[in-house]
Amino acid sequence: MQTGNPDHPDSTQSADFFSLRLFIAGASPVSARAVVNIRAICEEFIAGRYELDIIDAHQQPLLVQQDDVTAIPMLIKKSPIPIKKLIGDCSDREKVLKGLGISY
Amino acid sequence: MAKSKKQLEARSTGTIPKTLTGISGLDEITLGGLPSGRPTLVCGEAGSGKTLFSIEFIVKGAMEYGEPGVFMAFEEKAEELKANVASLGFDLEQLEKDKKIRLDYVHIDRSEIEETGEYDLEGLFIRLGYAIDSIGAKRVALDTIENLFAGLNNTAVLRAEIRRLFQFLKSKGVTAVITGERGGSGLTRQGLEEYVSDCVILLDHRIINQISTRRLRVVKYRGSVHGTNEYPFLIDDEGISVLPVTSLQLNHEVSTKSLSSGIASLDKMLGNSGFYKGSSILVSGTAGTGKTSIAATFANAACLRGEKCLFFAFEESPKQIIRNMRSIGIDLQKHLKEGSLEFYASRPTLYGLEMHLVAIHKAIKKSKPSVVVLDPITNLITIGSVSDVKTMLVRLIDFLQAEQITVMFTALTLNNIVNEQTDEGVSSLVDAWLLIRDIESNGERNRGLYIMKSRGMKHSNQIREFVITDKGLDLVDVYLTEDGVLTGSAREARMLMEQTGEVIHAQAVSRKDRELERKRKILESKIESLRSEYESAEEELNKVYVEEALKKQIMGETISKIAGLRRGDNGGEEKNVNKNK
Repeated sequence: MQTGNPDHPDSTQSADFFSLRLFIAGASPVSARAVVNIRAICEEFIAGRYELDIIDAHQQPLLVQQDDVTAIPMLIKKSPIPIKKLIGDCSDREKVLKGLGISY
Repeated sequence: MAKSKKQLEARSTGTIPKTLTGISGLDEITLGGLPSGRPTLVCGEAGSGKTLFSIEFIVKGAMEYGEPGVFMAFEEKAEELKANVASLGFDLEQLEKDKKIRLDYVHIDRSEIEETGEYDLEGLFIRLGYAIDSIGAKRVALDTIENLFAGLNNTAVLRAEIRRLFQFLKSKGVTAVITGERGGSGLTRQGLEEYVSDCVILLDHRIINQISTRRLRVVKYRGSVHGTNEYPFLIDDEGISVLPVTSLQLNHEVSTKSLSSGIASLDKMLGNSGFYKGSSILVSGTAGTGKTSIAATFANAACLRGEKCLFFAFEESPKQIIRNMRSIGIDLQKHLKEGSLEFYASRPTLYGLEMHLVAIHKAIKKSKPSVVVLDPITNLITIGSVSDVKTMLVRLIDFLQAEQITVMFTALTLNNIVNEQTDEGVSSLVDAWLLIRDIESNGERNRGLYIMKSRGMKHSNQIREFVITDKGLDLVDVYLTEDGVLTGSAREARMLMEQTGEVIHAQAVSRKDRELERKRKILESKIESLRSEYESAEEELNKVYVEEALKKQIMGETISKIAGLRRGDNGGEEKNVNKNK
């Protein structure tokens, strides 16, 4: 379930490249909503300079533990630093943008 | 212990299934442990021992009962936790390697988290579920779940999710311990966990008179009876130990065997045998009457018999006691070296009464003595009221009697206390009570000992003088004279006086004897002289007879001669005369 821009496969270190990981739980309504919302935001604001991993927590419990996931859905911004965790279905666009550090 | 565990298990079969915690004492209070497959809430204030309780539950489960456990920490990091419990001898690292334990640290930092909409705690459930399944855990501890509320804003969701978490744990069939911080009015801050838990245990840390006491109470236990009192507990290098305050029945075994007190004359006063085994003895007296000496003699006697003795010193240090007892000819050092004697010295103010009780319990359980000495119990008064001390001692005596351990308490009575029954109120509880009193008279102070009571024994009612010599202790008969009871030097003086009297008396007797002898001699000499007089008289008498006979003979002869001379016709006559002769 990899989405992102094929033009920037390895430029994870660049300052304005967003490496995101979204944990969801199966096909629950709130998870589905989160996927739709975050994709929309990414496409709108950081199109072409992001990668988004969508992980089903049920399938990868080890990753859940590693990334210290509690609430679901959880969006983890791995880069640019600081690492930030956003929980919720990303319906509050303003907060998502603030959390990701995207000026609009 | 093994027996009691068996009993507990047997008892628990009647009610819901229970899981032994392995926390010493708790399984007795809950009659078999925590409810199996159900969540238990452990709540308390900061520093009350919640985390330790939960980790001990997990570790003991893994180590002693073969039940793997998951520990989910919301407060301490796994490394911190490992370091903290290492002091208790729990090697979490190894247990984790052996797949007996799984630690998971859940970190929620408000500054790192932005809430962007609706969410739930499914992630936590997945982690927990995964951890449980990966090692086949039977036990789970969550410490402290409330931290979620600190990290997340949406309390409505959290409350719902915590409710769901309890259901989840139940569905997983794990026995869970959830810790919670105590809130203002309710048991927990959210006022939620206590209602969804099947068992609630409250830990408390109270400070009275600057001394803290930890207490534990089972607030609720669905589907089971349980002890409802507040039980003091102790956290030491072996973890938590809880003390069941009072045993439920008064039905312990009694022994008719008796133990020597170490003082032969005292044994004689006690019906010639000493104290009963498993009985409790109180030795009370004013300061400096030799209570510790009696206690040490008793301990010494036990050690000499090859029994184990545990000496609780609340006043003097062991070294002090050993030195002091050497002066009365008791070598405690030897027993200490051989291991038959053990000292347990602590300042009463070190911790609260209850903690002392727990500590005493532990020490006794550990070294299993047959004789215990507590010297003195009076010092415990400094950290509690009389009634507190009494209840503590009741429980202690209770416990010791159940274990068939003979105990000797010493207690200080103050001169200004008129009532003799106030010896920490234990005088009515103990089986034997020796009272040492000062007898002041003639400008000196002496010790008088008597037996106030000795249950089930024909004991002496005498007041005896109690003397401490460099060869040990002894009881001397007090002198009862027309002037009253004499002790000390008065007694010695009296004894001397009586000795003098005897000498004089003997003198008098011998003089009379001599006089008698003399009289006898005089009389004997008199008798002798009389006899000689008689003899002379007799001789005189005999002389007359002989003379007369001679005279007759001679006369006869003369007559016959005359007749012969006559030649006459009177020949026949002559013959007759001869015949008569």
